[in-house]
Amino acid sequence: MKPFQYTRLSTEDLSLGTTLRDSTILAGGTNLVDLMKYGVEEPDSLADIGKLPYAQIEESDKGLLLGALVTNADTAYHAAVKSTYPVLNKAILAAASSQLRNRATNGGNLLQRTRCYYFYDTTMPCNKREPGTGCAAIKGFNRIHAILGTSASCIATHPSDMCVALAALEAKVHVLRKGETIVIPFDQLHRLPGDQPEKDHNLEPGDLITHIQLPAEGFSEHFEYLKIRDRESYAFALVSVAACLKVSQGKIADIRVALGGVAHKPWKLKEVEKDFFGKEASTENFQSLAEQLIQGAQGFGTNDFKISLVKGAIVRALNNALNPS
Amino acid sequence: MEVAIEPWTTLLDYLRYHQKLVGTKKGCDHGQCGACTVLIDGNSVNSCLCLLVSLDGAEITTIEGVATADNLSPEQQIFIEEDAYQCGFCTPGQICSTIAMCNRGEINSEEELKDWMSGNLCRCAAYKNITKAARRIYEES
Repeated sequence: MKPFQYTRLSTEDLSLGTTLRDSTILAGGTNLVDLMKYGVEEPDSLADIGKLPYAQIEESDKGLLLGALVTNADTAYHAAVKSTYPVLNKAILAAASSQLRNRATNGGNLLQRTRCYYFYDTTMPCNKREPGTGCAAIKGFNRIHAILGTSASCIATHPSDMCVALAALEAKVHVLRKGETIVIPFDQLHRLPGDQPEKDHNLEPGDLITHIQLPAEGFSEHFEYLKIRDRESYAFALVSVAACLKVSQGKIADIRVALGGVAHKPWKLKEVEKDFFGKEASTENFQSLAEQLIQGAQGFGTNDFKISLVKGAIVRALNNALNPS
Repeated sequence: MEVAIEPWTTLLDYLRYHQKLVGTKKGCDHGQCGACTVLIDGNSVNSCLCLLVSLDGAEITTIEGVATADNLSPEQQIFIEEDAYQCGFCTPGQICSTIAMCNRGEINSEEELKDWMSGNLCRCAAYKNITKAARRIYEES
């Protein structure tokens, strides 16, 4: 690991306007330290935010406020998450291993990097790691790669399970920017690669995620997080589906479907969901929604199978949400 | 205790190379095998991915700290009784994971138990007896 300068930030540092611009933020470190060992990330300076006051979960009538420094495990097992936001509980527990969930933080989960093999392999070209070098995945082995929202520069996916559930719940992200808190709708946090795949998200240098706001509606009656992967646990999703439903007299009152493992960000199309409001909650309509949601999907050889896999997964997840076991 | 340490020192390297506490094993060194599992404030973590400097004020327990001078811990005893190892390299991490599982107390099914333990790989594939020991430890905790 390349030597670096280490600073532990205090609340006072933030109120004094200490800039984070020139440092890489360290929270749980489960992804960052790993990337530093591989030489994928080589920061000159780390700013440790571990002692900042964002390690609480606060309940209110507006929903739940998840501190950015609460661990993934403490979030998943929180009583209100289990009872009101079970799709989030299920998504977090489908991710990583118990050791990683015990250490990884909520803020860090949002900002984790792709697990594209070529991003990790510093001997290979990768526009995300080293802009302008090319994308080795497009003509390479791309079994885990994206089928939606790709570009000629990058076909990497966002690896998080938690983010797929947060997208479905339409969470909001609180960000400290130049001393002011701004609120970013979840679907605007991450971005598609375009011609700047080195940018995973729309945050600016120096921004600090402080909280994730869950809305009051948690879809605790009709939900599913379906994760399909090469082994039953401790593996990233080939495809995953967070499905949330509200049903009234057999008709869809609200429907949310977010996909993981298929794009550079959790994939969710509000305009498609809205088309199904008021329609019968049926397999036929779920199939139609799946078709529309993945319209334009394109495989790159070894990941072609994802197109039919994700279609089936969407329908299965919605049927499971409709008829909980 | 107070330590002066280079900030890029991981908890794992500090334990093994500075404190000579070699019960915690270095396997993959990338958070994938679980051999380096220790307890931080009662939670199981991969010590290879933790920078020591970030753990100021934390209580760290390694396999050396789970037994008393004269007696094995109940978890260690159950691993022996259930023959839950072959070469033993992964065992310190496995045992730390079972202790954290009991501390968390959120296991409601065999699937959840297996998932909890899935972050600890065993190259000898002694999983059947490891799972049996883990189940007994959880039930008797």
